[in-house]
Parts: sequence; C-alpha cells; structure tokens
Amino acid sequence: MTILDTPPSPTPARLLDTNGVGRLLDALREGGYEVIGPTVRDRAIVYDTIGNVADLPAGWTDRQDAGQYRLERRDDHALFGYAVGPHSWKRYLQPPATTLWRARRTDDSFEVETVADEAPSRFAFVGVRACELHAMRIQDRVLDGDQEPDPVYHARRNDAFIVAVNCAQAGGTCFCVSMETGPGADGGFDICLTELVEPDRHVFVAVSGSVRGQEMLDVTEPATAGPDDVRKAEAVVERTAASMGRSLDTRGIHDLLLSNPEHPRWDDVAARCLTCANCTMVCPTCFCTSVDDLTDVSGQVAERVRRWDSCFTMEHSYLHGGSVRASARSRYRQWLTHKLATWLDQFGTSGCVGCGRCITWCPVGIDLTEEVRAIRDTQPTGTRSGGSDGRT
Amino acid sequence: MNIGHFMTPDVSRVAGTRRETRDTWTLRLEPPRNAAAWSYRPGQFNMLYAFGIGEVPISISGQVAGDGTLLHTVRAVGRVSAALTRLRKGESVGVRGPFGTPWPMDLAVGRDVIVAAGGLGLAPVRPVVRTLLEQRGKFGRVVLLFGARSPAEIVFRREVERWGRRRDAEVLVTVDHASPDWAGHVGVVTTLVKKAAFDPGNTVAMLCGPEVMMRFMVAALRSSAVPDDAMFLSMERNMKCAIGQCGHCQFGADFVCRDGPVLRYDRVRDRLSVREL
Ligand SMILES: Cc1cc2nc3c(=O)[nH]c(=O)nc-3n(C[C@H](O)[C@H](O)[C@H](O)COP(=O)(O)OP(=O)(O)OC[C@H]3O[C@@H](n4cnc5c(N)ncnc54)[C@H](O)[C@@H]3O)c2cc1C
Ligand code: SF4
Ligand code: SF4
Ligand code: FES
Repeated sequence: MTILDTPPSPTPARLLDTNGVGRLLDALREGGYEVIGPTVRDRAIVYDTIGNVADLPAGWTDRQDAGQYRLERRDDHALFGYAVGPHSWKRYLQPPATTLWRARRTDDSFEVETVADEAPSRFAFVGVRACELHAMRIQDRVLDGDQEPDPVYHARRNDAFIVAVNCAQAGGTCFCVSMETGPGADGGFDICLTELVEPDRHVFVAVSGSVRGQEMLDVTEPATAGPDDVRKAEAVVERTAASMGRSLDTRGIHDLLLSNPEHPRWDDVAARCLTCANCTMVCPTCFCTSVDDLTDVSGQVAERVRRWDSCFTMEHSYLHGGSVRASARSRYRQWLTHKLATWLDQFGTSGCVGCGRCITWCPVGIDLTEEVRAIRDTQPTGTRSGGSDGRT
Repeated sequence: MNIGHFMTPDVSRVAGTRRETRDTWTLRLEPPRNAAAWSYRPGQFNMLYAFGIGEVPISISGQVAGDGTLLHTVRAVGRVSAALTRLRKGESVGVRGPFGTPWPMDLAVGRDVIVAAGGLGLAPVRPVVRTLLEQRGKFGRVVLLFGARSPAEIVFRREVERWGRRRDAEVLVTVDHASPDWAGHVGVVTTLVKKAAFDPGNTVAMLCGPEVMMRFMVAALRSSAVPDDAMFLSMERNMKCAIGQCGHCQFGADFVCRDGPVLRYDRVRDRLSVREL
C-alpha cells in the first residue's frame, strides 16, 4: 500500500502569495517532477502539464448540475475557485492505455519482454481535492494491495508528490460530506493549500504532510501564517461543507441495494441510460480495464495494450454466445451496486467518493443520489433485507 | 513465476496435441523455460496466450505422470480458442497461472463424492476423477454423472469408458441426442441423480458445466437432500487479468478469477437466481 514518508512533527502553517505558488511550481520542476495541474481547455478545467501560475485557471469557476457543466468568470482571481472537472488523476496513475509487453517471433517460438513504463520518472499533482485523495486511497486498495501490486500504478503512485487544495466552493453535484471524503483534505498529501481571497490580499495557507513536503515548502520562502489565517482557512472548509450540491443517505446502503436486484427503479433508469460509459470514464475510482493483443503488419511482433474499460459495454461481460449483462438495466445495476455495495465487501470501502462527476457528465443527467433515493423511498415492504449478498 | 509485469506470460512449448472431438483438442505443455515444474491444484486454470491473437482462461485438465507435462483441453468457439486448437507439437504458447480456487479435495476425504459434469465441463474435473480413482481408499462412494450433447461430443471418451469399467466407481453417462450406435442413457444429466447411490448427508458434490446445467443439477441434488454447503460449482465469467484487477469477472462481490472459479453453493445461492448479474 502506498504511504507517504513519515509525517513531520507539527510545523506552523505557512503563508504563500500567488508568487509563492509560482515558486512552488518552479521548485517542483527543478526537483525533477513533471508538474500536472488544472488548466482551461475546451471550455472545461482539465488536468495537464503546468508550466507556471499563468497556466492555472485563475478567475474561472465551474457551474455544475446533472448533465451540465459550464465555465464562468469569477469576480476575483482565485486559482482554485472551481470544483472538479472531467479529468481525474487516475489518467496519470492508471493511464487510459498502457503497453505492458512485446513479444517477438523467434525461429520456432517467441520471446516476451516487459515494456518499461513510459511515464516521466515522477509526477507532482497540484490542486488535488480531498475526494480525489480518497479516490487514490481506494485505487490503492484495488491496484496496489499486498498480493499483486500493479507495477505501473505502483511506481507512478509511490513517486507522486501531492499538493492538495481544500475546496473553497462546493460544486453543484458534489456530495463528499455524505461520503465522508471532504471537503477538507485529511491526509495523504505532501502539501495542502487553502486559498484565501480577500479584498486586500490573495494568499494560501499551506501545511505540509510529509518531510519532503515541508522541505519543498521551505524552498518557496513562505511567511508564517498567523492564528487568524489558520482560523480563516478552517472557516473556508466549513463553509464549503455547508453548501454541498447533493447528498446521499448511506445508511444501510449495502443491504438496501443488494436486497433489491429486481426493484422496478432499475427498469426506470434503464429507460433513460444510454450505456455510454461516461460515468465510469470520469469516475476517479472505476478501475476496470481490458487488454488488446495486437501484432505489427509483419506478424512478427506482438504486444499487449491495457486500456480503460467499463461495465457499461457489452464486451465487458461477454461469454461465448452472448453477454451476461445484455440489458441496460443489468449494466446500470452492476455499476451502482458495485460502487455503493459490493465494493465494501471487496475492499472495505465504498467505491464512491462523492465527487459528482458521473452526475455532471451524464449526457441525460442521471443522478446516482436520486436513483438510490428512489429505491430507498419505494422499497417494497416485506422484502428481504441484507444477508443475501454472499459476504463471507 | 513471472518476472516483470504480472500480465507478462511465460512461454511454454507444446509437447503434443490430441483431438478429443470435432472441435476440441487437448494440448500437452512443457513447463516454461524459467520454471522447474508445473504445480497446480485440480480446478485451477491458466491464461493461455496465442501469439498475436489473444489470451483466454483455460482449465487444467490433468498432468501426465511420466513427463510432468500439463494438459489443457480447448474447444474452438472463437478467435483465440480456435487459434489454440490449431497449435501443433513444437509450437509455443504463452502461459500465466495457475489461478483460482481448487476443488475441495480435502473435504471429500472420507465422504461420498459426486462429480457432475456437462459437456466440456468434464475437463476441469478430470483431475478430480483421476485423484479419486488413484487414491480410491481415501473416499467413500465415487459417482460421476456426465452429460454430453451427443455421443460424438464426449470428451476423453476412452478414459471415461475405462472409468466405467471400474467396480469401485459408478460412472453414468447420458446424451441429449443419441446416435444409432448409442446404447446408453438418453436425456439431461440431472436425470442421472436418481439412479446413483450415495449418502446425501455425507456427500461432497462438484459441479461443472453450463450455468443452467449446474442450476438444475443443484436442484436435483437438493431434492435428494444434499445440503447446500456440500455442493461446489465452477463459475465462468469473462476474464482479462485473472488477479482481481480488471473487474471483468465480477459476480456480485466475488471476483470469479480469484474468489472462484470453484465456489461453494451456499455462497452464491441467492445470486444464481438473479438474471444478468
Ligand atoms: C475459469 C474458466 C475456465 C475455462 N476453462 C476452459 C477449458 O478448459 N476449455 C475451454 O475450451 N474453454 C474454457 N473456458 C472458456 C474459454 O475461456 C472461452 O471459450 C474462450 O475465452 C473463448 O475465447 P474466443 O476468443 O475463442 O471466443 P470469442 O467468442 O471470440 O470471445 C471473445 C472474448 O470473450 C471472452 N470470452 C468468451 N467466452 C468466454 C468464456 N466462456 N469464458 C471466459 N471468457 C470468455 C474472451 O476474452 C474472448 O477472447 C474457461 C473459462 C473460464 C472463465
Ligand atoms: S460514482 Fe460518481 S460521484 Fe462517486 S466517485 Fe464515481 S464519479 Fe464521483
Ligand atoms: S462500476 Fe463498473 S466500470 Fe466501475 S469499477 Fe465497477 S465494474 Fe468496473
Ligand atoms: S479476471 Fe480480472 S478481475 Fe477477475
């Protein structure tokens, strides 16, 4: 399992201004990191390589609702004044496509060689939100467990330097409070920033979560944050927590979903669902992959490419003769019950961190919090509850 | 066994092949160069890779005592399986494994054992039958119930006939559609349950075949009073990684590649009745 190095003994919070953030980006790059952070592209805030502060989405925010995402101008120059966009860090930790190995024909056989991961030696992720830190921890359990850690994920994850940002504004589809994953970062970062935009100053309260984080912060020559600054930073998180766009009642959700495999709501949602797989592509925890075995034109060299997959495709459950989950109903049911129920059995945690991406990026605006509510509110009375899910 | 990425196969040489039926072949595989010997437990499977074409899960259908080669019996149903059945002696195949849970051989000691197989489902239980017969004294009554679509579709036919001649095992074979030269049972495999002698309270049943066949077989065994926790099924799901990371083989909370393929019936009972799970 990935862990950061020993947390430092508590050091006073520091204070950076926008130039200080710039110095932090420079220091990371000089430290050998490829810096990835938020930037505006194609009318959305996405994650990409960041050169300097000017690449950050200063003065932009996002307005999100079911099936809707719109960038809008803020009336200030906040660098992190948005929620989350269509990208998640999984595109760097578990890339959309990875060549795993190549095989070459020999006289009467073939030889296989592992392909070295093409990732830059180390990533620094800037602007990681609390829910995203939790998503990483969840993916750690799936891909970086004790049994067979995925070497691609393991190397990328282990080396990543993480600059978290506490959310100063909840998105319209956020429900991290319900999932207990935010909006304040509670660990798993090297540095955590809280942005304070005030009439007369624009500063970032910075704390370190690791020795290397502390060292990196020191390089930026920060000021010491006063008790007032720390209190204001806490108030930012509290305000955000109080303004969640959505909520999800998670009480008994495991048994609720697993004891209702034939609930009429699955038919209802299936009539709306396009099975486009958007929700799984944007989800920061969905881990499903498939492999393509390919050859070059000569047929002498073969390779295996692993790529993101989704339980919304027919191929995902294909067995010779047909797919196990042929209907949209069964595929939506697989998605929701995996996220919110069987994930708990498999990994001891929910598969949902409440980031809201699947709601925002669903072309027809299907909202999982609504679907769960509908099932909860209309549970046929007298149905069996719990104990039927094969838990061991 | 593998070095590098866990998705990297070892290369194994085909020591020989045998045609079992029209579309089904058994491959005899040498241990890969970097492995001293094969080791596996009955019920486990390997991921077999046909160069440039693809990789699929194939059960281990036995091991040759003399030279230690490992057997896989493949039916050509699509691209990859067809390529595997085209392999000939001296050619190579990629191998990852073995994966998955084994049949409960320890539990079977001292009990009556029912092995019920449909079609190619005989392949993953052949190592079980061989063990039962080789170590005959350790087990109670040994019953094999086997159903094939037609006499021509019976895999391992000569071996099944050899088993059938033993007096210390009850081997019942049925076909859905008889040919003129077929003198045996005709009908679905579940009809054989009533003909077999076993002590339901002291029995272990191992089922392998199409999911519907297993469902009906469970029902038949249940009505003969075999308890739910004495029945074991081998499940089949799409598999890409075989180590619980690609998500394809999920069956409720179970990853069939890792938590299965052999699963105790009471664990999957409620799920088996849900369509399209
Ligand atoms: C645990 C396990 C053990 C198996 N043991 C054997 C065996 O001993 N002998 C044998 O002949 N077959 C066995 N199978 C089935 C075998 O894996 C499929 O027949 C094979 O994957 C079909 O691939 P294809 O490319 O030829 O067929 P296509 O129909 O072209 O299938 C395309 C792809 O779908 C997937 N797929 C299709 N059918 C299955 C299936 N039944 N199970 C899993 N994935 C599938 C594969 O990834 C395959 O490449 C086993 C399956 C499992 C899960
Ligand atoms: S299921 Fe939706 S809300 Fe939950 S983590 Fe995935 S994308 Fe975010
Ligand atoms: S919800 Fe679907 S795509 Fe996401 S991890 Fe689960 S099975 Fe895979
Ligand atoms: S085959 Fe990949 S999770 Fe089971």
